[in-house]
Amino acid sequence: MEVVEKDKKQELKEFIDSVKNKEHGDSYLIAVLHKAQGLYGYLSREVMDTIAQEMQIPTAHIWGVATFYHYFNLTPPGKHVVSVCLGTACYVKGAPQILEAIRNELKIDFGQITEDKMFSLQIARCLGACGVAPVVMIDDKIHGEMTPQKVVDVINQYRKAEKKQ
Amino acid sequence: MDEKVTITINGKPYRVDLDQTIMEAADSCGYHIPRLCYHPKLSIEGACRVCIVEVEGMKNYIASCAYPLFDGMKIHTNTKEIRQARRDIVELLLDNHPEDCHVCERDGNCELQRLAYAMGIRHRHFAGERKHYHKDLSSTSVIRDPDKCILCGRCVRMCTEIQGVNALGQANRGFNTVVMPAYDMPFAESVCTTCGQCINVCPTASFVEKNHTQELFAKLNDDSLVKVAQIAPSVRAAIGEGFGLPPGKNMEGQTVAALRKLGFNYVFDTQFSADLTILEEASEFLERVQEKGKLPMITSCSSAWMKYMEQFYPDLIENISTCKSPMSMGSAIIKTHFAEQIKVDPKNIVSVAIMCCTAKKYEARRPELMVNGMQATDIVAVTREIVWMIKSAGIDFLNIKPEEFDSPMGMSSGAGTIFGVTGGVMEAALRTAYELYTGETLVDIELSSIRGFDGIKVGSITMDGKEIRVAVANGLGNAHNLLEIVRKDPERYHFIEIMGCPGGCIGGGGQPYAAANSIPLDTGCLKARAEALYSNDRKKTIRRSHDNPEIQRLYKEFLGRPLSKKSHELLHTHYKPHEPRGIASRKIRAI
Repeated sequence: MEVVEKDKKQELKEFIDSVKNKEHGDSYLIAVLHKAQGLYGYLSREVMDTIAQEMQIPTAHIWGVATFYHYFNLTPPGKHVVSVCLGTACYVKGAPQILEAIRNELKIDFGQITEDKMFSLQIARCLGACGVAPVVMIDDKIHGEMTPQKVVDVINQYRKAEKKQ
Repeated sequence: MDEKVTITINGKPYRVDLDQTIMEAADSCGYHIPRLCYHPKLSIEGACRVCIVEVEGMKNYIASCAYPLFDGMKIHTNTKEIRQARRDIVELLLDNHPEDCHVCERDGNCELQRLAYAMGIRHRHFAGERKHYHKDLSSTSVIRDPDKCILCGRCVRMCTEIQGVNALGQANRGFNTVVMPAYDMPFAESVCTTCGQCINVCPTASFVEKNHTQELFAKLNDDSLVKVAQIAPSVRAAIGEGFGLPPGKNMEGQTVAALRKLGFNYVFDTQFSADLTILEEASEFLERVQEKGKLPMITSCSSAWMKYMEQFYPDLIENISTCKSPMSMGSAIIKTHFAEQIKVDPKNIVSVAIMCCTAKKYEARRPELMVNGMQATDIVAVTREIVWMIKSAGIDFLNIKPEEFDSPMGMSSGAGTIFGVTGGVMEAALRTAYELYTGETLVDIELSSIRGFDGIKVGSITMDGKEIRVAVANGLGNAHNLLEIVRKDPERYHFIEIMGCPGGCIGGGGQPYAAANSIPLDTGCLKARAEALYSNDRKKTIRRSHDNPEIQRLYKEFLGRPLSKKSHELLHTHYKPHEPRGIASRKIRAI
């Protein structure tokens, strides 16, 4: 595990080194944050501190960028990331009710994680699967034509699968 | 550069320089377009939209602070439509702002309040969702209240562009946007240097000083205590503004008299301790020069600069003078020698510093500055607080009969006076160092090369054939620019003065708010305050710190000589690296 952490740190540093001396090096901050989130799953304070030192960009500025874009997670994700599409098509096909059902079932809101660390919840803006709207994506898998009942069933399937393991 | 164009404003033709914005041109023609996020010393934000004007041929209203002129431009600043649009904008700002003017710290001093009045807003038409956050009370010096914030961004730009500290940023987005330190951490744990310039430029009460007036009133009413005040040089040069006087009136005698009326038993002068600082600091400098100590030596009077240095330039700690600031030296003497003289247990003395500076509230609590296990400076009240206290106690400040400081810590030289202006500490130190080094009197004691408001000033003086090269920076952003030179070329200067605030202490974060027809940190205002101190220096017969007879007496009776064991014990301190480590802004605007 320690080796893996070290590798991640090295990979992030190499990525920063490859961009920071380019013209307008500061403007690669968003790319660097994407890279960091890809490696760690979210942006921890430690990671942002490292980025600040490596790129010599003040932390208050990095914090401003990291909190501006919904895509960046500031808390560790759950084992399964539930993304509810609130794009136009999903919205008119009942996404708000789906969302309500998920909130009730998991007892968390956007950007939060369940107590058992199993699920975290985020908003998505159109996943390109409007044909099967409303859509919920869990990790990389699209679940289409959801209803409030169906989405609870899907969540329970994930729970069952976890128990088996 | 000096190309002229013809424009019309409200139907009248004007010939103006091309190279400016609509707002600047309008200003020069006598039209003050209402504004909020604009500040002439900061970058253009264009965030508030209050300064919109109509330009014929343009589809939308234009933010005049951000739009350049062109020949033949026809501008309207005051049509019915534009007045309505501007008023709507301000009403929408008010909609997300508390309705608590009558209990607000800045009631009567608030730019938003003035603007709302000027727009003719007499009702609140919009009633939408309103933000609600907790105040950040963690800092020793500055309170942050996001509920009052209108997101003009002046504080963020001040902290980034002028101070180079970058403690503040805008986090989140849209309705949820909040000005905050990184990670939403408490102010006290951030890189904030407590300089208080965010307070100076804030148009509302989103940033205010940590208020100690109630605590001070309580002490003043406690008869078992001996209440001792000291007043920083810059307070007397600005305090009159708090009572409606124009900048630049020296109100020293009135301030002394008012403090006595408030209940202080002794009123001393921080200018006395400034003279003391000079004796120690000039001696320390000469010791470093003669014994090949670490150079350049950098001054240590400015509390915000000290915190900045510990966070941003810990590699320069050895270069920093070990001298405490005049405030802390004065307090150390008050709690020791003075307590002995008046035969009072120092525990029963309340040492109060009236300062132009919010960072002094932080300095007072630094554990290294304790004297015999006691906090040397018990309470720091900034100029604004003392203005309020004087008014609140019903003291007629403007008509009060001026009084003299108490002895023995009331007498000061002209050198102690100019401590409040950028370049003043250096000038004062050189007046004494020259004489200590050469044994001769420095004839031309006004060092013009290090006066004025340039961000970085340099000069030199020859002492017994040895050239001493000096540099002076005011504002932490300029300090950063200067220190980058020092890091690369440590031999370039021998002696450096840094003051954390623009213009030096006279532009401190605790000074009175800008008047209704002015802007915060207006250069004319700073110049007037500086002149109040320089003219005071010229009027004094004693203009060198070492000629101050009370200082000579203090050494004779108590300290021995500069840099003595006793001096080191009471008047010198040390520094250490401080987390979080700061990263200087690359957006610093050279002034």
